[in-house]
Amino acid sequence: MRDVVLTQLALRERHLARGARFAPFAGWEMPLQYEGIVSEHRAVRERVGLFDVSHLARVWLRGPEAAARLRSVTTYDVTSLPEGAAHYSLYCNAAGGIEDDVFIYHLPDQRWLVIHNAANAERDLERLRAVAGQDAADVTAETVLLAVQGPQAIELLNRVLGEAVTTLQPRGCVELAWRDTRVLVARTGYTGEDGGECVIGIEHAEALWDALLAGGATPAGLGARDTLRLEAALPLHGNDIDPTTHPYEAGLGFAVSLDDGAPFTGREALVEAKSRPASYGCVAHLSARARGVLRRGYEVREPGADVSLSQLTSGGHSPSLRLGIGMAYLPATLAKPGVMLEVDVRGRALPVEVVRRPFYRKPTG
Amino acid sequence: MSYETPEHLLYTTDHEWLQRDDERPDEVTIGITDFAQEQVGDVVYLELPAAGSALTAGEPFGEIESAKTVAELFAPIGGELIAVNAELEERPELVNESPYDDGWIVRVRMSRPAELDGLLNVHAYRELIVEDER
Repeated sequence: MRDVVLTQLALRERHLARGARFAPFAGWEMPLQYEGIVSEHRAVRERVGLFDVSHLARVWLRGPEAAARLRSVTTYDVTSLPEGAAHYSLYCNAAGGIEDDVFIYHLPDQRWLVIHNAANAERDLERLRAVAGQDAADVTAETVLLAVQGPQAIELLNRVLGEAVTTLQPRGCVELAWRDTRVLVARTGYTGEDGGECVIGIEHAEALWDALLAGGATPAGLGARDTLRLEAALPLHGNDIDPTTHPYEAGLGFAVSLDDGAPFTGREALVEAKSRPASYGCVAHLSARARGVLRRGYEVREPGADVSLSQLTSGGHSPSLRLGIGMAYLPATLAKPGVMLEVDVRGRALPVEVVRRPFYRKPTG
Repeated sequence: MSYETPEHLLYTTDHEWLQRDDERPDEVTIGITDFAQEQVGDVVYLELPAAGSALTAGEPFGEIESAKTVAELFAPIGGELIAVNAELEERPELVNESPYDDGWIVRVRMSRPAELDGLLNVHAYRELIVEDER
């Protein structure tokens, strides 16, 4: 055992003041919840929630070589990504397995921001240092990342940061002057809602946090973040995707560009994987058809069968749908909407149905 | 943090409460305490046996699923389960909102009412919470 010293958030005092209950996550002490997971979840679905997700690592790449260097280690063709746009991408290993999932933001003047999962931050930084050396600048310790999510999020960001936010397209990003600093705002998130994510220097972060709360945002913790992303069927690295899963079986083919022909780590394996019919493993989305909660690790099987097909990679109670939902990898023949299966809930067989993703879709109009 | 701990109830070290029935001395209502609901978090589902089931003191008889975890319910006394709070099926959040009233969980007809003597009074329970919070 080694001693685990948790990294503290810069806004820790702000979280304490709002009654946060903390939990360790990927080496950070993070707010798990404030008022309660379900009420925070609803606040995001119905109004607007505010998450401090500063545990996600932030690394800048700059210069004329930055795009090509990024392209050489990630799956999506970022060289085609225009200024002011962002895209989801992956680091894969030589076997095509997913080492991490990331968001890449293209800012003016040949500047690129990459956001990594906290648990993979060290290795991801090494990956970038391997191609960019010290040009890869980790600003995680100097900045704060706030996610503002929900149907009222853009309107709130507009009021607090200025009208330019309203003109952002989905996955657009822009740097804005705010008070005497600059804020990077992107129309991205991890909740299935409209909203934005803001990167700001630590010295101004409390002011932005306060302004967003004063504007009506509800502080929300990692607990709600997990139920929200699960309803949106967004994978969590380390749970639903890991170095042994490849993008196609995980339903993440949209994050892989092969047509440009550019080499990147894992390309050969992914070309092969794409040409092969997915017969063994496909991510499936399971919705309970009786009362009960699905949890990660529970066994999935065909109704009445003794043998387990696989285990849930994520699971929980959906506050929006008021039923158990989960994800698992299944043979392609079973990973089809309408297929009925069962999950072993601590000895009780809970019927589940394979459904289309996402579990929850925000009402239109 | 301060928690409600009504004077007239009996308590267990598993953070459940029992209320005796004035008219039927062998019947008790059981729920979880304010402290317990706060620790468990938002309750989303309760797995409970049907009325008529037998309960054995000290044995688990049901489960409380919250948004973040699952916790077992332990029978503080033995007997026959005579009612389950049907409201909780549609509104499990009552356990959080009203742990001592609308959020009651089961009613039990005790086989050995003397088992109540082994439970905590409110003063002993308040001391237990202080210790558990450390």
